This record gives sequence, C-alpha cells and structure tokens, in this order.
Amino acid sequence: MRYMLMIYADEAAMATVPTETTYQISAAYGAYTEALKKSGAWLAGDRLRPSQATTCVRMADGKTNVLDGPYADTKEQLAGFYMIEAEDADAAIAWAARCPAASTGTVELRPIWEMAEYMAGK
Amino acid sequence: MDISPEIARAAAEAAARQSYGKLVAWLAARTRDVAAAEDALADAFAAALERWPHTGVPEKPEAWLLAVARRRRVDAVRRRLTGEAGRDHLKLIAEEMEARMVDEDLPDERLRLMFACAHPAIDPGVRAPLILQTVLGFDAATIASAFLVSPATMGQRLVRAKSRIRETGIPFRVPERDELGERLAAVLEAIYAAFAEGWSDPTGTETRRRNLATEGIWLGRLVASLLPQEPEALGLLSLMLFAEARRAARRSPAGDFVPLAEQDIGLWDDPLIDEAEALLAHAATKGGIGRYQLEAAVQSAHTARRRNGRTDWPAIRQLYDALMAVAGSPVVAINRAVAIAEVEGAAVGLAALYVLGDDKRLMDYQPYWAARAGLLARLGTTKAAEEAYDRAIGLESDAAVRRFLQGKRAALRN
Repeated sequence: MRYMLMIYADEAAMATVPTETTYQISAAYGAYTEALKKSGAWLAGDRLRPSQATTCVRMADGKTNVLDGPYADTKEQLAGFYMIEAEDADAAIAWAARCPAASTGTVELRPIWEMAEYMAGK
Repeated sequence: MDISPEIARAAAEAAARQSYGKLVAWLAARTRDVAAAEDALADAFAAALERWPHTGVPEKPEAWLLAVARRRRVDAVRRRLTGEAGRDHLKLIAEEMEARMVDEDLPDERLRLMFACAHPAIDPGVRAPLILQTVLGFDAATIASAFLVSPATMGQRLVRAKSRIRETGIPFRVPERDELGERLAAVLEAIYAAFAEGWSDPTGTETRRRNLATEGIWLGRLVASLLPQEPEALGLLSLMLFAEARRAARRSPAGDFVPLAEQDIGLWDDPLIDEAEALLAHAATKGGIGRYQLEAAVQSAHTARRRNGRTDWPAIRQLYDALMAVAGSPVVAINRAVAIAEVEGAAVGLAALYVLGDDKRLMDYQPYWAARAGLLARLGTTKAAEEAYDRAIGLESDAAVRRFLQGKRAALRN
C-alpha cells in the first residue's frame, strides 16, 4: 500500500532554533530519507516552505478567490511530506515513528486511495 | 423448566459462533474486509442459530455454513442484497476453501482477527465490541445494550472501525516476539473489558450482560489455547475464572450485597477455583509476571479462606505492592491500603489512603470513600466515618451496594 506521511511542525518554534540545531535536524532527515530509499520504501518526499508562503485558491461565482495565507490557523503547520510504499499499517507506522518529526511534532499517516479502488467503489 | 433443551440450545449456539467466527476470521485475514466477510456469512449464521438447536450440530459445521451461504447466493433477492463484495467473498471461499474443507479443519485465524481488532490504530473503546461482533457474531444491538450505549451509536462505531481496518491497512497478524507484549496486552484488555461489563451485573438478571461475562471467559479460553506459552493470557483466564467462581456468593438470597470477606464459601464454585489455581500455577512456570497474574494471585489469596478459614492478608499486601510497581493505578492503591490496614492496623492503612487524597480522580470514586469510611469507623472516629459513608453512598449507582453502605453507616451509632 502507498501511504502519505504528512509532517506537522511548530514553525514559530523552528524559526528560533540555533543554527547548529538546524544542521542536526537536516542531518537526521538526510539519514532518514537515505534509509527509506535503501529499503525501497521511498516514493517521493520534500520539505515545504513555511506557511507564510501559502496561497489558498477557491472558485466562487466563476471568480477565482485567492487568499494570502493558510486555510487554518493551528499551532502546528504542514512542513513537508513523504510518500512511501509499505506492506501494511504496522510497517507505515514504524516508518512514521522513525521520522525526525515524530519526536518534535506530529506525523500524520494516510493511506493513498488508489484509483483502482475508488473506481470499483471500495 | 426442563434444563436439557436449554443446554442443548446453548451448545448449538456456541458451536455456531465458533464456526462462524472461524470463517469470518479466515476470510477477513485474506481480504482485510471484515464487513464483507460478515455480510457473506450473515444469512448462513442466522440459519445455523435457528436450526442447530433442533437438528444438532452438523458433523462439519464450517462446511455446513459455507454450503448454506453459497445456496443463498443463488437466490436472486439475496444476490441483490449481498452486493458485489459479498459475492466476491463467497467466490473466494468456494475456490480456496472447499477443497481443503473435505479432509482437514479450517486454519484458525481468530487470533489474527483479534489482534487486528485491538490494533493501536483502533479506538480503545471499540476494541472489545469489535471482537465480540467479529469473533462471536453478536449484533450491534446486543453489544450496545451490554455496553450501555444506543444501538445506533454502537452500530456506527463498529462500521467505522471495520472500514478503518480495511482502509488503513491494519494487518491481520500475530505480532513478532519483540512487540507481542504490548499488543497482546491490548487484546487481553479488550477481553477483560467484555468480562467486566458482564461482571458488573452480579445477579445475572440482565441476561445480555451476564452472557458477556461468559463470552469474556470464552474468548479468554480461546486466546489461552492459541497462545499457551503466554503467561499473561493464562493469568487473565485464571483471574476471570476466580471471579466467576464467586458469582453466586456476591448477593444474599434477598439481593443484598455481600462483601468478599463475608461471602459463604459454600456458594463458591470449587471446580472453577481449582481450574483457576492450576492455570495460575502453570502461568508461573512460564516466566514473566504481569498484572493479570498478580490480580489472579490476589484472588487466589482471598479464596485461601476456602481451605483454612483465613484470608492471607500479608500475601495480598505483597501482591498489591507488586501490582503498584507493574500496573499502578488509584484503584490498585486503594486495595493496597485496605490490605495494609488488615496487616498493620487501620491507622497505617488510613495513612496509605490519605497519601492518595491529592488525586482528583478519587473524589468521585465510590471505593475510595467506602474504604476510607471503613477504616475511620474501625478507629472510632464516627463523625468522619459518617461523612465518608455519605460520600460513598451518594456516588454508588447499584442499589444493593447502596443499601449495604447505608447499613454500615447506621451501625456506627449502635
């Protein structure tokens, strides 16, 4: 099964960490990504720019409504993602637990709704 | 009333649930689709529950269920109702299973199903109901009445949990050794929750809840037989049997609450206690102490009164010390304080109880106030004991226990 790991982190707190710590965090993500790739689980993954770069788009009455900023104002913001291949929820949870963000923020785990399944009505 | 048809009916129902659970588990383990597995077998199971009490249990019960399920499939109405998923499942059973059904028994996948139902990604509150439904085939309404929620709510929770198993990709697997402990604890907890719901109806007047205690023991036996090397699985079964053995003694003929220390040992079920003792002794040889073995050992020490007329309070106190270390909780702490009072006197016990006074959760907990009242009464501090009894009485929902506490309170002034 394919799973999306969505990384939520406190941007305000991240902005204040010392440079030395950001190097450590980057190294941890590098090692994690490498482990995912070596095992064959890695499908995609990237870091997102902070939510101040967010633009929300909605169509209403034929007009494009563009909003500066994130949709919801929460303590933790979506900061990045991984798309992985895992045999089942246990394997995906094990990967999520190893993600550096699991110790500092939250990793949200969601199975991909494969097109073949929702077209079949499952 | 003639008892034998009743026993025959119960035996037939047990066999039907056993076979149904095995088929659902076998099917769901292959597809992860619990709802579709249930759907495919629902009619056949209903027919078995209706027919087997009269005709007797067929020689190959699983094959019988399968044959009926397939015959129903041909029914045009049924075909429309069953839906695509159910038909696929029946086809799967037919293709994969029928050949092997001839000579050998169906592999028992119920343990794997239970581990899926008690997976950490499933809401803890729905795990026990989910196991009762999938492994034993109880309908949502029966489970709802046992757990005191509305049938609609329980139905929604069960449906949601089943689709979660499928969509989230929760595996049907007995976990590896290194993570078995934690995950088995969730399975055992769910079984114990089912038993405890039934146990909370001591007189057995509410049939559905009394049955729940029986089903809890049934599931406990199943897990103990499938994981005979796991001391805590044996410990849980032992604990439930000890408790069940005292059921008849928990209320007087007039329906009054009888505390453990005053129960008529003649009403205890000796064979059940013997079985519980044997299980506990066997568990102890496996290495790996845990909360269920310790709680069973407490029960064992209480039932020692059966042989020499004395409750082994020093042993109980030590066991509660160990329980505090393994699975400490306010409830364990209260019981420990009561045991301390028996060994070292009411004042020491009360001191152990007062230490807990900071825990906000205890302010609304009846056993805390009842224990406190009992110890204060023994120290002769009548006024404080009365106040504590009032708190306990006000918090108690069981009328029989309330009457017992009121009697204790009234006796203070005599």
